[in-house]
Amino acid sequence: MSNDIAIIGAGMHPWGKWGHNFVEYGVAAAREALADAGIPWQDVGFVSGGATVRCGYPGYVAGATFAQALGWQGCEVNTSYAACASGSQALAAARNKILAGACDVALVVGADTTPKGFLAPAGGYRPEDPDWVRFYLGITNPTYFALYARRRMDLYGDTLEDFAAVKVKNSLIGSKNPRARYRKCFTAEDVAASAMVADPLRLMDICATSDGGAALIICSADYARRIGKADAPRIAAISTVTPSFASAVVEMPDIATDSAAAAGIDAHSFRAALPVKAYEEAGIGPEDVDVAEVYDLSTALELDWIEDLQLAPRGEAAQLLRRGDTAVGGRIPVNPSGGLACFGEAVPAQALAQVCELTWQLRGECGDRQVAGARVGITANQGLFGHGSSVIIKR
Amino acid sequence: MNEKPLAPAIEGWFTMDEKPRLIGTQCCACSTYFFPKQQRYCKNPGCDSTEFREVELSRTGRVWSYTNACYKPPAPFVAAEPFEPYTIAAVTLEEEQMTVLGQVVTGVNVSDLKVGMAMELVLEPLHETDDDIKMTWKWRPLAEQGEQH
Repeated sequence: MSNDIAIIGAGMHPWGKWGHNFVEYGVAAAREALADAGIPWQDVGFVSGGATVRCGYPGYVAGATFAQALGWQGCEVNTSYAACASGSQALAAARNKILAGACDVALVVGADTTPKGFLAPAGGYRPEDPDWVRFYLGITNPTYFALYARRRMDLYGDTLEDFAAVKVKNSLIGSKNPRARYRKCFTAEDVAASAMVADPLRLMDICATSDGGAALIICSADYARRIGKADAPRIAAISTVTPSFASAVVEMPDIATDSAAAAGIDAHSFRAALPVKAYEEAGIGPEDVDVAEVYDLSTALELDWIEDLQLAPRGEAAQLLRRGDTAVGGRIPVNPSGGLACFGEAVPAQALAQVCELTWQLRGECGDRQVAGARVGITANQGLFGHGSSVIIKR
Repeated sequence: MNEKPLAPAIEGWFTMDEKPRLIGTQCCACSTYFFPKQQRYCKNPGCDSTEFREVELSRTGRVWSYTNACYKPPAPFVAAEPFEPYTIAAVTLEEEQMTVLGQVVTGVNVSDLKVGMAMELVLEPLHETDDDIKMTWKWRPLAEQGEQH
């Protein structure tokens, strides 16, 4: 039996630093997705919202908030928080609702307004909070990205030029994406001239935080057929697995990894585990993938993801990059949207934005950014507290 | 000369000896180590123990990776004025099979480090208060690169 669910509508509010209430972005994205699907709002039986939670920041993005903004019409609602994977978790909740036969059509939506300045923890003396500990000791988010990047350099021979080439690639393609926040074509010289933040990563190697909203309309295969969209892209898999003990890569916000010293315990990589379940669920392998949207919180991290998705053997992602394989027109294009490099991160919207891009790619509607003949796409992202996701869609 | 007493930046997380060690716990049933200390429930999925002993962790290990901080972090970090960039390392302890982050001692730069290099734990000031000098653990390259204990 096929568990495929159809994606009949996708919509986004352009990413930026607009400074408006997040609800506005979510409503705009939802209305675009509804118009794309060509169905009335009243047909939606379930609203599944991706949420964010921040210290002292009233940024709760709940399904109910969007359902009210669009006009109460008596549907059911859900709110999911899973850090950077919030959107995927909201998508999984909606898919399950449809598969259970409890509704035909669902709206999945995430939106964010990012606060100004550093994302810092609450004050005081709070050593029980790992986020407080690491900031007190001088360890910020770029520290972790830089540790991963430097390890690639020492182990695999990646260079600063490789990392800059990721930015150049993503900014070139992102310049053609009207929904992207940063649409300038940056050069390797621009990257090299930007300030060093956490050696080897410079300001232009690290993604910003943005405002934005993304939405999907998903439905049962029956409903898609009834409205003449039987050939819409299908969700073939959603993986939202946790890490497996012992998680051997030091992750934000922790100061230390798990210990793998106990008998019968092996060291595991969380990022590498995320797509494994997605491939299994979809019944496909990395060789079947035509296009990928991965979470490039840093330029170097895009290379890690390529290997975690098994699109290249461990340590060889930079070789794909150098050959042009990961650019649009190459063998396996990665981040044809421009990625986080061009969008900046809008946490509860970002995992959905990845699926929006793949939806448009699989429908062949991406114009200058189009990956020719794309039939299978995969997303990957990872965030705080053991949250992450990988979604596969196919047509 | 600064006459202020030395105090740990975080109480009970490391010894204040000349050759300091991080203080963690070890599960009495499955022997998994924890840092920071875990005292209520074991995080090994195959173990439901609630008994732990306090242990001092190995004070040497090998560099897993390293970087620096070129910009002043936000509070609760207490920065010197003017801000001086500092180096950071993630060091893997062999016996504990665990990687621990920390600043690297003053004077050691990113260009002095390499993945796999042997490091030892030392104490250095993190910041000063009106009453004392808050000390923290930092990593320092071992003079004898083969040495491990």
